[in-house]
Amino acid sequence: MISAKIAIKNLNLWYSDFQALKNVNTTFVANKISAMIGPSGCGKSTLLRTFDRMNDLIEGVRVDGQILIDQENIFDPKMDLVKLRKKVGMVFQRPNPFPLSIYENIVFGERIHKSNLKRDQLDESVEISLKSVLLWEELKDKLKKPALRLSLEQKQRLCIARLIAVKPEVLLMDEPCSALDPQATARIEELMRELKNKYTIIIVTHNMQQAARVSDDTGFMLLGELIEFGHTQEIFTAPKDKRTEDYITGRYG
Amino acid sequence: MERHLDEELKNLNTDLLTMAALSEEAIHKSMEALKTRNKDLAKSVIENDQRVDELENKIEEHAIEILALFQPMAKDLRFITTGMRINTDLERIADLAVNISQRVLEIADMPHLKPLIDIPKLAENAKRMVKDAIDAFVKHDEEIAKNVILSDKESNQLRTLIMQELIHSYMAKDASTVTRAVPLLLITRDLERISDHASNIAEEVIYMIEAKFVKHHPEELKFLHKKTDNS
Repeated sequence: MISAKIAIKNLNLWYSDFQALKNVNTTFVANKISAMIGPSGCGKSTLLRTFDRMNDLIEGVRVDGQILIDQENIFDPKMDLVKLRKKVGMVFQRPNPFPLSIYENIVFGERIHKSNLKRDQLDESVEISLKSVLLWEELKDKLKKPALRLSLEQKQRLCIARLIAVKPEVLLMDEPCSALDPQATARIEELMRELKNKYTIIIVTHNMQQAARVSDDTGFMLLGELIEFGHTQEIFTAPKDKRTEDYITGRYG
Repeated sequence: MERHLDEELKNLNTDLLTMAALSEEAIHKSMEALKTRNKDLAKSVIENDQRVDELENKIEEHAIEILALFQPMAKDLRFITTGMRINTDLERIADLAVNISQRVLEIADMPHLKPLIDIPKLAENAKRMVKDAIDAFVKHDEEIAKNVILSDKESNQLRTLIMQELIHSYMAKDASTVTRAVPLLLITRDLERISDHASNIAEEVIYMIEAKFVKHHPEELKFLHKKTDNS
């Protein structure tokens, strides 16, 4: 039996009076890529931001239901948010490296989570993290250079390396390729396939071909509801719900 | 919401229906040619095949173009891939009608070996299967498609019956009948193959409608028998 890394149970979320998530139930399996698709405003990014409780930062947000990560309810008042966000990392639409050197970007998180790290431990972590996003060979001699001078693709890889350095288990990606050209997109997608051997990856994307290409499972959301969640191959060849069918064939709207 | 893709799919559908009409016409004419020993009719089937071949290419190219340009999903994708396979089956059906016509030309000037009874029966079954398979495609009707698949058994039985008769009652008894019996054997085999292609089309239509592969899945066919018997 495949165990669920993340289980969502009867999840509802309101932004003040507006209900953005309606009774969402599903599970995400470890070492798989799950894609969330749906029209703008359907709640897919909101859902993604509940996994690391980023919505807590927005005023007027109210949540009920449960999200269990490794059987632990993340809405439990005793939940340690720093620990949660170490376990669940987020990659954004536009890469957002800190205005620091490449090296400092990667060790930034580790310095927050652990003090008194020795130089050689940090060096090792930088090497491992950059290798895992296939940037090491390109950047090993330029670690002191400002991260902001990298290409968009390199910045996005660096942001992923920065997450990996703090040893997360879940990677959330919100439109991670929308700022990239098709070739850079293809390389990030290749990287995602490499990374899924170690992490549980959930990606939000407007690009349905991308969802079809990279993900194992796909969920379709509409007006705050998770309409259908299943194997990607089935969702794109034979969806069960007519609303899913209408959306992926472009009949929606 | 009318999409640009819809227009392309409509055109593809129209071409497929033309292809179906041409293939059906080819079977019909080849059988008429056999029954009436009409060489001109048989020749017209052979000549017309070029049109079928050209249309096959046109449909194939158009379908590939739609796949490349629109990257269709779900039922659109199933319609196009099914259309491509049906296209191939229809072209093969027309080719088999050409084969039959060629055999007609071989025997047209010889005396009848025997009155044709079972071969026209087999031809009718094959023709009906093709017509119904196309009907199932047009109407998106899985019941019709299921019945087509079930009808294939009848074609197989008729083929065996005809072949045994030709071999045992004629060829084995009188070697001088061989030149007339062999073309009839080949025609019988071709008609049975037309039924097979009709059955393929029906299986493809079921995939298009239900996204289920019934081809090479006898357990699904058993289910189909049951469902059909109950209805």
